[in-house]
Amino acid sequence: MTGQRPEPFVNADSEVYWAATKESRLVLQECADCGHVDLMPRHVCPKCWSANRTWTDAVGTGTVHSFSIVHRAPLPAFREDCPYVVALIDLAEGPRIMTNIVGDGALEVVIGDRVEVCFEDRGEAKVPQFRLARAGGGS
Amino acid sequence: MTDTTLRNRVAIVGVGESEIGKVPHMTGLGLNAQAAKRALDETGLKPSDIDGLLTAYSMTEPYFMLGSVMCEYLGLKPTFNASMVVGGASPAVMLKHAAEAIVSGQAEVILCCAGENRATGQTRDQAVAALAAVGHPYYEQPYGASIPSFYAMITRRHMHEYGTTREQLAQMAVTTRDHAVRHPNAHMTKPITVEEVINSKPIAEPLNILDCCLISDAGGAYIVTTAERAKDLKSDPVYLHGIGEYHTHEHLMCADSLTEFGALETGRRAYTMAGLGPEDMDFAELYDCFSVVPMIEMEELGLCERGGAGAMVEAGDTRIDGRLPVNTHGGMLSHAHAGAAGGLFGIIEAVRQLRGQEGERQVANHDVALVHNEGGILSSHCTMILGREER
Repeated sequence: MTGQRPEPFVNADSEVYWAATKESRLVLQECADCGHVDLMPRHVCPKCWSANRTWTDAVGTGTVHSFSIVHRAPLPAFREDCPYVVALIDLAEGPRIMTNIVGDGALEVVIGDRVEVCFEDRGEAKVPQFRLARAGGGS
Repeated sequence: MTDTTLRNRVAIVGVGESEIGKVPHMTGLGLNAQAAKRALDETGLKPSDIDGLLTAYSMTEPYFMLGSVMCEYLGLKPTFNASMVVGGASPAVMLKHAAEAIVSGQAEVILCCAGENRATGQTRDQAVAALAAVGHPYYEQPYGASIPSFYAMITRRHMHEYGTTREQLAQMAVTTRDHAVRHPNAHMTKPITVEEVINSKPIAEPLNILDCCLISDAGGAYIVTTAERAKDLKSDPVYLHGIGEYHTHEHLMCADSLTEFGALETGRRAYTMAGLGPEDMDFAELYDCFSVVPMIEMEELGLCERGGAGAMVEAGDTRIDGRLPVNTHGGMLSHAHAGAAGGLFGIIEAVRQLRGQEGERQVANHDVALVHNEGGILSSHCTMILGREER
């Protein structure tokens, strides 16, 4: 966990998202009009263009949709972590999130594995990460 | 709705590629100029005949107004000028915009060009870092996600859903290299084997370095004019039968699917405009930034069944002497990849094959070709159908 890795960039769209991760909560944006739930924060709902946006806490679990084990890092800050896992997770609520799989057995991950959110310090902030939930005995 | 607006209205009348590989004695603009001159020389036209210019973007020479800079460098004063920024889809989208501009009377002779000195104009680390910026700055880059890792996740999902094998992916790279071996201007011309691909350095599992496109210095250009004027020029015209574009997302986290992309729609649009179907295609030049990509495109474009590309490649159907030759120049895996120019070489190759100019690389049937470009992470798509006869 080096301090050089990118820290969250907070802007008007993502203020609430990153404030929540700082408290170790993963939040999703929900459309107050059509109910569409999405991960990437934005000013309008991508389905109906309603600007009535609300935030909801994610349960923090999901399944691995796909993943790659990276051997050549795109930035020097990640070089010493190679090999590491980049994955796309289907959250229980539906949206897809990109993450690393961290913790025990991360490099043995397979598609369909159940995962749960954890948080990694980045400077003053935190980014959501996921670890395998196999030991949890989930269905 | 059947959109036939652009069918047989324009033709590509000149194509040219620059020196390719490591070309430290030339700038990115110089590579474009060399390719443009070679394309123009085929037609017999003069620089002053060009009244439109389309280009893309450059990472090594990131001018703010690249189209205007290109015109200035080439001494052109066009009435139509724009820069496409849809990643690898740009060269194909240029043809669509060029055709629309010509049909609506905005210009009559349009130069389309792209390319940069990606191999020698920046360090390898700069190249990798610049490409890392393709990931979403806030939600993807913090995880050390590289472009190969995005395509690796797509590859793994394809293997998971369709049983595509590591060997089949490797065979795509091997067949493509076999084609480049026969190309006098290709960047990589040493034959490779399936074993060598599988044992090459891992970049982002399951992709190894020989599954990944090259980083080249290269420029490419083509010249478009009306079907009427094309008949008076000294080169053999290649007609645009159909073309379609479709843009579904930019970042992989926002893609609806990791196995279904926008090529299905661009293929439908191009076939409809052309009044042709996948069975009419004699050969195909497909975007191949990674070994899985042309296989996904073959499936989406109806050139084989969903999940059937691996078996088709393994059977040798995509070889130059196969049922449907694919990437007969060696693609971006072996011929050249330089920024937005990657897919432009597929267009150049299709034109030369249709004209029957390729010697030992010539495909047997060369009436109709399909070219597909994609940009981003299978985000922006454009399919074109070209032919040597007006139909």
